[in-house]
Amino acid sequence: MDTSPYEALAEAAADGVDFDGLRAERQGGQLSVETPEATLTAPAETPRSALAEISKYVENWFFWHQTAPQAAARWAFLRWLEAADANGVPERYDALEDGVTCSWGQLHLTVSLDADGQRRYDLRHEADAGVAVADLERYEDPRDARDIAKLDADGEYRPLKAAPTLRGGWVFQDLDAASLVSTVDFFYPATMENWHRECEGDLDISHWHETMARQTGIYGVIETWDRQAGHEHVEWVAEACCDDSQCLKRREWGYDAETPLETDGGSGIFPCREPCSVVVSAARQWTKQEGEEARTYEFELTPSEKEQLETIVDAVADGQVEDIRPADVRNEANQLRVRFLRAKLFDDDGDLGGVPTENK
Amino acid sequence: MPALVIAAHGSHLNPDSSTPTFEHADRIRGTGAFEAVREAFWKEEPHFREVLRTLDSDTVYVVPLFVSEGYFTEEVIPRELRLEGWSPDLWESDGTSATHATCTANDTGQTVHYCGPVGTHHAMSDVIVRRAESVTGDPDVGAGVGLAVVGHGTERNENSAKAIEYHADRIRERGRFDEVKALFMDEDPEVDDVTDFFDSEDIVVVPLFIADGYHTQEDIPEDMGLTEDYRTGWETPAEVDGKRIWYSGAVGTEPLMADVILERAAEAGAAVGDALDQVREQTGGAALIEQ
Repeated sequence: MDTSPYEALAEAAADGVDFDGLRAERQGGQLSVETPEATLTAPAETPRSALAEISKYVENWFFWHQTAPQAAARWAFLRWLEAADANGVPERYDALEDGVTCSWGQLHLTVSLDADGQRRYDLRHEADAGVAVADLERYEDPRDARDIAKLDADGEYRPLKAAPTLRGGWVFQDLDAASLVSTVDFFYPATMENWHRECEGDLDISHWHETMARQTGIYGVIETWDRQAGHEHVEWVAEACCDDSQCLKRREWGYDAETPLETDGGSGIFPCREPCSVVVSAARQWTKQEGEEARTYEFELTPSEKEQLETIVDAVADGQVEDIRPADVRNEANQLRVRFLRAKLFDDDGDLGGVPTENK
Repeated sequence: MPALVIAAHGSHLNPDSSTPTFEHADRIRGTGAFEAVREAFWKEEPHFREVLRTLDSDTVYVVPLFVSEGYFTEEVIPRELRLEGWSPDLWESDGTSATHATCTANDTGQTVHYCGPVGTHHAMSDVIVRRAESVTGDPDVGAGVGLAVVGHGTERNENSAKAIEYHADRIRERGRFDEVKALFMDEDPEVDDVTDFFDSEDIVVVPLFIADGYHTQEDIPEDMGLTEDYRTGWETPAEVDGKRIWYSGAVGTEPLMADVILERAAEAGAAVGDALDQVREQTGGAALIEQ
């Protein structure tokens, strides 16, 4: 940007400036400037040398008005990142010298000052917080975040951007403010905007019932699930899908505006304002499945076998199957243990205990 | 300065579904014609529901990366974008003629110029021809060759077939290919019997799909008899019933698609400047437009 911060301030001062402790007014050719530490005057045409001792205030004002993206949510996000509303300019600039860090989902963000006193941003996986840049793959283009976010460390597709499975090993270094927020938006789309709406007290939450009532086509059936008494089914959905182990958004939607859910919404920094497309798709399956009446089946299991079945369900639900070692036969969800159970209890048709699912 | 949203289906299961959307968006970003260009999805993020709030522009052009007018373009996308007063009537379309309608998004107050789908734009005919050229490696492909434009087709939505027939008719009228037919997966005439519909020995088959996936990479190749098992791949051309079938991937992966997206926005009033020329230069579109 060609305009010097000092000349820009002198121009803006004609309408009065009052920002982050810096007050400036212009009367004729004279610029009057006040900070908590100093009161100065300067010639409006050439203000620079007279304002040298408050340069950080001037640079700070210029950054927030001329350099930082002005879209309200992104501006607020960048302010939050350096705790701008909590600290005065001198303290903040001292902290920026060392670098100020924050977490956003699994992102580890650092803002610091470069040799010219300009803010630069570093963004990496939180697990790589202490890793040397030389040991990470370097990226510069915010759009590369789309590729990084697409697959997890095992190469599995991540349809949910806020799933806690972001892979590490990369760094975006030396970004300017606009590139930083653009990169964050590619990793976690719309999270800055929804967080900002929440901070402003106007997050537009679409609760479960209204979201499902809105669905049409193959998802139109979900609404029928709400016709049963109570909303326990939605508690189960939230427990299954919205736990921090599955998604880092903090669930703010309930059954409806009057009926919050008892299930914990998670501790994420950015809110979830309505059931996502994954929840909607899963809810369609559950709606069909939950339309069935319960029946009584009779099986014989040893106490250990019953416990083993429970452990297997837990292992799958908690994503622990991959961690069970091939020969760890003490683990009840070990593949050999489960294969033994199947060999013993399932008949040739795959029926547990030889009991058919449907009465023949 | 206005922003552009490219609205696509996306997938919970297929990581490559969104790839063409990203590529077309990047190509248009590179022109600088919009304040911002953002991809939005039904199954991925940002969702249609939340994309508008990520854009600072007061005016947004939304171009659906879909094949036909129907459920997604007339119902799902406008509903999820919260377009006030939306009705398919605003498009005044005969099933393939929607250009755009202007509404206000009621959660953000932005003015949204909601465009017709890329699949029914007349320039898609050029993209189909381009696809035929690239799969045969012959920039003059046409003489002695039959062209099958393949669509999903569905009896629930007559516009699905109309879009396919629209392009087949247009390409046939140009007289470049000996024969041009519209074929379908789920209705007659069916792509399974592709060789029955052509006298030509060489048949180019171009599926009018936005992304490669289950239908274009598994269903259609097996149904046509290019291969017994899609996992083992197929030859190009592949011989079926004594004819050579040149099967291209989904037309939506063709770089020239970026041109169609821009044309949709331009026709809805976006001042795209020389962006169309830039994109055509990159994608080799200029030669086609002049034909």
